[in-house]
Amino acid sequence: MSVAFNVVVAVALAYVVFLFGVAFLAERRAERGHKGWLTSPVIYTLSLSVYCTGWTFYGAVGFAARSGLEFASIYLGPTLVMIGWWWVLRRLVRIGQAQRITSIADLISSRFGKSTQLGVIVTVMAVVAGTPYIALQLQSVTLSLSVFAEAGGTMWEQADQYGASIWVAAGLAFFTILFGTRNLDANERHHGIVMAIAVEAIVKLVALMAVGIFVVWGLGGGPAATLAAIEVSPIAEWQQSASRWVSLIFLAAAAFLCLPRMFQVLVVENPDERSLHFASWAFPLYLMLMCIFVLPIAVIGLNIMPVGANPDLFVLTLPLSYGEDRLAVLSFLGGFSSATSMVIVASLALATMVSNHIVLPIWLRSGGDQGASQSGDVRRVIVRTRRISIAAILALGYVYYWVSGGGTALAAIGLVSFTGAVQVLPVMLGGIFWRGATRHGAAAGLLIGFAIWLWTLFLPSFGVGAIISADVLANGPFGLGWLRPEAFFGISGLDPLVHGLFWSLLLNAGAFFVISILTFPNPLERLQGAQFVNVFEQGEATPMWSRSDATAEDLLIMSQRIIGAGQAQEIFASAAKAQGKQGYLPDVTPDFVARLERELAGSVGAATAHAMIGRMTQGASLSVDDLIAVADEAAQIMEYSNQLEAKSAEQERTARALREANTKLKALSVQKDAFLSQISHELRTPMTSIRSFSEILRDMEMTSDEKARHAGIIHDEALRLTRLLDDLLDLSVLENGTVTLHTQTGDLSALLDRAVRASGAEGAGLKVHRNTAQEAMILAADLDRLAQVFINIISNAAKYCDADAPELTIKVHRVGAATVVDFIDNGSGVSEDSQDMIFEKFSRLADQNRAGGAGLGLAICREIMVRLGGAVTYLPGQGGAAFRVTLPTLDVLAAQ
Amino acid sequence: MSRQPQSSVFLEKKTYRRRRMHDAARALPVLGLILLMLPLLWTASDGPATSNADATLYVFAVWCLLVLLAALVSRALRRDPPEK
Repeated sequence: MSVAFNVVVAVALAYVVFLFGVAFLAERRAERGHKGWLTSPVIYTLSLSVYCTGWTFYGAVGFAARSGLEFASIYLGPTLVMIGWWWVLRRLVRIGQAQRITSIADLISSRFGKSTQLGVIVTVMAVVAGTPYIALQLQSVTLSLSVFAEAGGTMWEQADQYGASIWVAAGLAFFTILFGTRNLDANERHHGIVMAIAVEAIVKLVALMAVGIFVVWGLGGGPAATLAAIEVSPIAEWQQSASRWVSLIFLAAAAFLCLPRMFQVLVVENPDERSLHFASWAFPLYLMLMCIFVLPIAVIGLNIMPVGANPDLFVLTLPLSYGEDRLAVLSFLGGFSSATSMVIVASLALATMVSNHIVLPIWLRSGGDQGASQSGDVRRVIVRTRRISIAAILALGYVYYWVSGGGTALAAIGLVSFTGAVQVLPVMLGGIFWRGATRHGAAAGLLIGFAIWLWTLFLPSFGVGAIISADVLANGPFGLGWLRPEAFFGISGLDPLVHGLFWSLLLNAGAFFVISILTFPNPLERLQGAQFVNVFEQGEATPMWSRSDATAEDLLIMSQRIIGAGQAQEIFASAAKAQGKQGYLPDVTPDFVARLERELAGSVGAATAHAMIGRMTQGASLSVDDLIAVADEAAQIMEYSNQLEAKSAEQERTARALREANTKLKALSVQKDAFLSQISHELRTPMTSIRSFSEILRDMEMTSDEKARHAGIIHDEALRLTRLLDDLLDLSVLENGTVTLHTQTGDLSALLDRAVRASGAEGAGLKVHRNTAQEAMILAADLDRLAQVFINIISNAAKYCDADAPELTIKVHRVGAATVVDFIDNGSGVSEDSQDMIFEKFSRLADQNRAGGAGLGLAICREIMVRLGGAVTYLPGQGGAAFRVTLPTLDVLAAQ
Repeated sequence: MSRQPQSSVFLEKKTYRRRRMHDAARALPVLGLILLMLPLLWTASDGPATSNADATLYVFAVWCLLVLLAALVSRALRRDPPEK
């Protein structure tokens, strides 16, 4: 009744051929540039399913049968990482793209100054922790095959299982070598493999769900009945150990980031950040669907299957025992897919690490690149190394499987292997979030964590007495009780896994931190640290080569050796074009060297690329001074721009001042022109009269009376001219400040009497009102000049007051500390517009009866008062023209 | 190398909303962690032990909720062009 074993093998082979076809087609499409859906978010999300290995496919049910819901923690951890992608994954992907990271060892090495040693440490750790896991996959495929063999009636011996697993390992190595190392692309992207994994992801999901649906609806009698079955099963009660639940969620989350194969698909094969957006929810959904039927299958399997049946294989044995052969084969393909996809990606990732961080450095150091150099020869070494590494890693996995003898000892290794891989976590997170992390700290943390992991988890995992004797397990090495593998520092009672995880990570992170803050990073480390931590702020990368002795041709030859002629020439040509040059040889600028190094790093890893470039450029690498100079340069630019800003504000101010000055000068120039034309006009008018009347006197016969009259006119005009010139002279003397003041003491009242008399106001019909009591005060000033001001104002009133009965009121009073003399007439006053003008030179209000004056009177008055320390102003709002003379304060002495 | 990008203190509405979506993306795993740790408190109580079936339903309900929220946040983030 049962499906023939040969049929299963045939189906498996057909499936493998199908996968080859898928991978081949994907590669060909990518080569032709039709990447389109190859880089779609869906493919990316599905490729992440390499997390769900054969151990997941078969082992999750076994895990659930033993510990209930605890199995889900292994998938809840990655769920949290994915939905929290904004924290870590986004940063990792950005760094991976900016620095052309090829593996997790490359990430650590590159971050800590492109250190070769760190690359070696991480690689060795990854291989040691990864090999058992590969063995586990070989075991799961072999076990599932043996199930079919048994169903067919042949019991498999150990030897049969080993034989089968050799074939599986060889087939997987062939597939990985074929699609993992044919790629000459410098970006280390493997479209064929990713595509095949995506297909396998669908197969395993469909297979597990199909079995689940069969079990729940076919055997369990529907969801409600299944839930009821869970209620009465041996694992009915929720008695979860809190420490294991928390530890396993954390461990799975950390492993999701740190496992070399996960880093490969998450970061290295990541097409763009858009894919992360999609995967952030789609991959948790995938995980949930993978888990949803695990517990029902476990419970119903425990109920139905005979006691002693291996729960790890329920997924296969349940359908088989009910004669659902096709479902069983589908289920087998699901498990096969899970195992193969994991092995392919893991061996590829490990091989990349081994070739870039162990073999290439050794080859370079031994002078392997000194021989005949030709295009692509280094690349050939790399490819060959990778092929050998893939085969070696699979062989190692097989040997491990063979030595450990399969069975339950191996099944326990899954979580132990995870714990080994997550020893990288503190260094990785520290490297991308903390600039203070140094390579010494990283090395210390990694080595201590690795050592504790070996001691507490890995070595005991071989079983009591295998490597660690029962005595050491109970009493510690050499009787050192505090070093007992399962009870460090005498703290016993912890679950061994939780114990190992806790102590290894705690001491790992502690050593990493303490050594980091005690040591000093080298320049390259500091540069890389800044670029990793500030990956979202960084615009341009700082060139890490201060100067270069290599010619462009040397660099081109070296690049061709590493990445092949075509790609190297492409890079050089585009760089030359960017510099505005023709051909293939750009100028060797620090920027170009840095870019070239990044390109090469995408192929051989940062450390090797740096070493090779360093050899070409004769080690003119970055020094602390260079770093500081770069920082200084930036600071100087900032400073300079600040200065420019300040300067431009200063210039703005100056410009405004200049504009104002210019406006003033223009106004002054206009005034000067007006003054000149005025003065010529004023001089010309009397001169014209004098000339014409003197001509009349000379040329015409006339009586002596007439002569006297004409001579009188000439005399008057000459006087007026003289007066004008006197005024001008006076004004000029006053304005230049060269006037000499003769201070005398006198009575204000007497001074006003004199002024009224001298102005001839009475004769002109002006009535003057005064209050002599107010005027009783003694002045000490240049009284003649003061009188001149008063005379001028009074005579102005006499001349210009247009009232029928002109009157002038003179008031003396105190305003604040000052004594003022107001002259107020009863005329129509001065219009508001003209009030500003009347003190200017030659300003004469439009008047008909211009009696003499050239319009200099008030201007002279103002100058005199300024010289005397007082003022003369127009006083508006007094019902007529009103002038206020403010007497110089110090000169006023109260009359006693 | 302390060049700080000049950032303004107040943002326009669209940018403000995008920043808050970033906050939501950051808060999501914290929410998930809290919800997944809650079942541990059940064992501490003295009442009748919770059945594994109930625990299973709870864990998968939380799982669905997280997927849904992550999808909503991702959609909100994708709609806007990235900053810088």
